[in-house]
Amino acid sequence: MYEFLTNLIGNEVLAWIIIAALPLFVVILPYALVAIWLERKVSAHMQDRLGPMITGWHGWLQSFADVLKLLQKEDLVPAEADKKLFNIAPALVFTASYAAFAVIPFSSGFIGSGAEIGIFFILAVSSFAVAGILMGGWASNNKYSLIGAMRAVAQIISYEIPTALVVLSMVMITGTLSLEKISAMQTGYFWNWFIFGGPEWGLTKFLLIPFMLVGFLILYMSTLAEVNRTPFDIPEAESELVGGYHTEYSGMKFAMFFLAEYANMFAVSAIVSIIFFGGYQSPVGYLGDLFGVSWLIPFEQLFWFVAKGLFFVFVQMWLRWTLPRLRVDQLMNLCWKYLIPYSIANLIIIGLISLI
Amino acid sequence: MSGLKQYFKDSWEGIWTVLVGMKITFKHLFVPNVTIQYPSVRVPMPERVRNRLYVNMDDCIGCDQCSRACPVSCISIDTVKSLPSEDLGVTSNGKKKALWVTKFDIDFAKCCYCQLCVFPCPTECIYMTDVYEFSEYERGKLLYNFSTLTPEQAAEKKANLEKFNAEKEALKAAAAAEAAAKPKIEKPQDKTE
Ligand code: SF4
Ligand code: SF4
Repeated sequence: MYEFLTNLIGNEVLAWIIIAALPLFVVILPYALVAIWLERKVSAHMQDRLGPMITGWHGWLQSFADVLKLLQKEDLVPAEADKKLFNIAPALVFTASYAAFAVIPFSSGFIGSGAEIGIFFILAVSSFAVAGILMGGWASNNKYSLIGAMRAVAQIISYEIPTALVVLSMVMITGTLSLEKISAMQTGYFWNWFIFGGPEWGLTKFLLIPFMLVGFLILYMSTLAEVNRTPFDIPEAESELVGGYHTEYSGMKFAMFFLAEYANMFAVSAIVSIIFFGGYQSPVGYLGDLFGVSWLIPFEQLFWFVAKGLFFVFVQMWLRWTLPRLRVDQLMNLCWKYLIPYSIANLIIIGLISLI
Repeated sequence: MSGLKQYFKDSWEGIWTVLVGMKITFKHLFVPNVTIQYPSVRVPMPERVRNRLYVNMDDCIGCDQCSRACPVSCISIDTVKSLPSEDLGVTSNGKKKALWVTKFDIDFAKCCYCQLCVFPCPTECIYMTDVYEFSEYERGKLLYNFSTLTPEQAAEKKANLEKFNAEKEALKAAAAAEAAAKPKIEKPQDKTE
């Protein structure tokens, strides 16, 4: 992608800028608008309502209207807030979620950075968001914000452990930290995905399947908790904490928190789909191969990647409108008493199996 | 060992119950909506709903009974007596109107839609309608003026009455003065005669 742009424009700096800005404008913003609309429609239909219907066909322009509204809103800073930190926090949170997109392989033709340590990088920058959240909650000088921020920190840091352990077990199997390589390994048909034991045929493949399933469940749950979504949304529990750490934010700063949340949802869905569901690989082969048009393949891969990502985002929404919110102690209970022991056991077993 | 068994059972139950819940919500995804698209589709109002009041001023005799019945005093009525020369007509149930209703204000910001004002009205001219969408951006706009008289007309009626009263007073005063003055004037006349 980068070489292609450098050749096209003939200017390296410009190509880099475009590469850096592309995920934001091509992927994150439109995705967030669609996801917010989808969330509303999914929630509405699950409650036997219709959701937004006025703006455009089935209200699909509603998110645009909301963005316009947020742009016009007054940008309030509480008088007693720590102004500097208050202003930095949303940018920090958004940067963290945006940074994760840098290493995600959208298709074999569009990889922001094929960094060798991709998955490690994502784990690292996602904990970076914690700093922003705590900063926002602290600087707001508001009880609710502070409690929300503290909860968020406790939650995100706890749930990083099972995430990291599952990722570690996958790294043991694949032998690489690069998301691009992990995706490339699972090429072919869907039975080559790691959820079905990986691309290598043999006894190990079948032995791995149940443990992959456990790993997938743990990863999905803990990443769900890391992005503060229901049932793990206690940091922003509306009914207890008003809005949690973003209670005091308004206008575009609030929009940045909001955008970061939706960007994070896609980022973790993408990670789940890359690690277990073949990333950008098609489950059934490519039309491009069938007709011999090789330029079509990257686009098909992009389609499959976005489809898988959106599917997991949809499941997140689905869970949100199914489950009630956990209590703080239940949340910690789930993480420390269930997810972590299971993921450690899973790690050991997968390690033993991969020795065979 | 039984502890461990319980532990696995709990984990399984946790996952299983979530799946059951997800099945239910997924089914509801395809259930037709039970809500209506309000501004374009409306539920018909039941017969005896209590919404915004309406006063048919043609029938109002200005008796002030509605205003006195109102528990929150949101009706304010001012009346001016009509002159004997003016004929205000009769109400639809045959009552003779004798008062100009110069002010008939209902403050719907205060009104609690209790309908208590409706029952005492002798001419049944104050009643509930089915209009319920009358929100305003300013509270002052919820003060409805039902009086059919313009402020100028009201002032004119008042002035008329005052003039009439003044004339009457003047007449009375003149009569009284006459009555008082007559003997005084007549006596000297008597003397001169
Ligand atoms: S409905 Fe009740 S509150 Fe309203 S004007 Fe009549 S008596 Fe007063
Ligand atoms: S009770 Fe009826 S007639 Fe009397 S003032 Fe009220 S509305 Fe008019």
